[in-house]
Amino acid sequence: MPPPSATAEAGPDTAAPSRPRRARRTTLVLGLIGCVVLLVLVCLLSIAVGSKQIPLPAVIDALRHYNEADTDQVIVRSLRVPRTLIGLLVGAALGLSGALMQGVTRNPLADPGILGVNGGAALFVVGGIYWFGMSSLTSYVWLAFVGAAAASVVVYLLGSLGREGATPVKLALAGAALTAMLGSLTTALLIGDVDTFDQFRFWSVGSFAGRGPDIAKQVAPFILVGIVLAIFCGRLLNALSLGDDVAKSLGQRVGLARAFVAVVVVLLCGAATAAAGPIGFVGLTIPHVARLVTGPDYRWILPYSALLAPILLLGSDVIGRVVAQPGELQVGIVTAVFGAPFFIMLVRRRKLADL
Amino acid sequence: MTASAVHLVARARVARQTRSLAVIVVLAALVFAVFCVSLSLGDFKIPVIDVVKTLFGGGDHATEFIVNQLRLPRALTGLLVGAALGLSGAIFQNIARNPLASPDIIGVTYGASAFAVLGIVTLGLTGVAVSALAIAGAVLTAFVMYVLAWRHGVSSYRLILIGIGIGAIATSITSYLLTKARVEIAQQALVWLTGSLNGRDWSNVRSLAITLVVLLPFMVLLVQQLRILQLGDDTAYGLGLRVEASRLGLIVIAVLLAAVATAAAGPIGFVAFVAPPIARRLTRSAGPAMIASGLLGALVVAVSDLIAQHAFGATQLPVGVVTGVVGAPYLMFLLARTNRVGSGG
Repeated sequence: MPPPSATAEAGPDTAAPSRPRRARRTTLVLGLIGCVVLLVLVCLLSIAVGSKQIPLPAVIDALRHYNEADTDQVIVRSLRVPRTLIGLLVGAALGLSGALMQGVTRNPLADPGILGVNGGAALFVVGGIYWFGMSSLTSYVWLAFVGAAAASVVVYLLGSLGREGATPVKLALAGAALTAMLGSLTTALLIGDVDTFDQFRFWSVGSFAGRGPDIAKQVAPFILVGIVLAIFCGRLLNALSLGDDVAKSLGQRVGLARAFVAVVVVLLCGAATAAAGPIGFVGLTIPHVARLVTGPDYRWILPYSALLAPILLLGSDVIGRVVAQPGELQVGIVTAVFGAPFFIMLVRRRKLADL
Repeated sequence: MTASAVHLVARARVARQTRSLAVIVVLAALVFAVFCVSLSLGDFKIPVIDVVKTLFGGGDHATEFIVNQLRLPRALTGLLVGAALGLSGAIFQNIARNPLASPDIIGVTYGASAFAVLGIVTLGLTGVAVSALAIAGAVLTAFVMYVLAWRHGVSSYRLILIGIGIGAIATSITSYLLTKARVEIAQQALVWLTGSLNGRDWSNVRSLAITLVVLLPFMVLLVQQLRILQLGDDTAYGLGLRVEASRLGLIVIAVLLAAVATAAAGPIGFVAFVAPPIARRLTRSAGPAMIASGLLGALVVAVSDLIAQHAFGATQLPVGVVTGVVGAPYLMFLLARTNRVGSGG
């Protein structure tokens, strides 16, 4: 959230534009409040709707005066509340990391999924199941986290090779290349071993189902720290978005700033992928939606992304639970079906020079 | 231009053609050598000499059975699939004038995979029916991509990026289908998904060979236009070429080649991608170097399948695992290198 700017009212010449600016800020703050309200509604929806029909009064009772004897209330407390919580955390993490990635690489196509993060997480999860016989979702969390971090570093380094540095197309392609290679290695492990494959295939679609409170507890610290750090990156990203030369002349230490943002990104999308498996396109699309509302100022884009992404994610999760009754459609599938057309629209709209 | 300059240019051209020819001959010899070695290896080893004899009709009864009935279909399928992928990649890359545009990077083979897995998992299909679905999937995906990438003509980066987007949808559908199936069936689909030559028989060879023979005249015809397209759209228009029509024709052929190859052996990654640039570098050709690309594709698949079958003791890997692990570093190398030159891919 931007600090209230004192400079705007300081000089007589800045007094004139301050009123429309203040009006705009009021609109944006109201918009944020609207997002919060919407998010709360989606959270309630996510707690109330599920494959088992639970009457609304029982849901409310479970939240207000919990009665352990009532199975309906136990379902709400032990399954739906943690699931919603994870959706909330993962959503905020993906939205923010997408916005940070796009800001730091000045790349409209940056997204954890496209940039190979998921491929790295997948290989590490498979390796853990295959070599160390790990089988609990909680142990996948750590594997995925390390794998995601390693892959993002490699893709960024690969994409920055060469004269022009990390251009959008190069990063997307480096991500595609690394994903392909990691995918081959992953398959090599999976083909030999039915049990590993059986466990992995459910992780790999990206889902909140069966993620209990223990997983929420494990990833929450990383994501919360990441969110706090990310919100403070706005000013940094604004400077970087002017281009390296201008940022330098404004006294910004560009390399250091990039490294800091990169660490926050790894923290956020590593933890998100660890908690829910690979979920594509949320990190890609949400910052663009936020930008439509806020304009190019990252101090606003970041909080909007942090609120809009969980709305999308929890909404998709609810849709996934409703459309495929009696089973459910994993949230990763729903976001891909919504997100990919948006990506394509984006590619079509941009001028080639921007890509 | 003076007479001696003309002479020099002519001599350079002759030198380049001689080089191309030499490369093609050497590649063909290599392909044949690897082919013979792969026929000689297996549970029952046969000396390479005997393999060659058998191929030309002179072996004894037992050798003939093992070579012709058991090993030949797989080896031939590998060669034909490799050649088809090499040719397809060469056409794609030359149309887009971008080394990154190959059917496995842009989503064509992902679309084929999603359809094939749909067939395997939900309809319980095997064999030819899966192949047919894969072809349908590839063609449909390519069509959707072409339409979406169309905006006052098709630009290469738009095509590639849209391909990546469509590939992502197809991949997520595929992994969803894998969660729905019984684990044994999903495993079977996974082997197909990686690209495997295991258990190919003469019917695969036949359908591949027929497709290649049918496509050949069109290819010869259109590759001439590809040379003109390479001069740039404006020049091509100036020379009287109907640019979009011939581009569409070439894309159709390239998609069919990739589709047939994918149908026969699953999406073997990176072959279509690595063969053409290496072919061009070897022949030092400015043009598409089609024959060399096809031969290199065949060579890559043959060598990779040899490694996949025999390098890991009792475990047999699908050939696609080997091509994927070898191919991706090459993509990264290319990425770094093209950008150092500054051509942006």
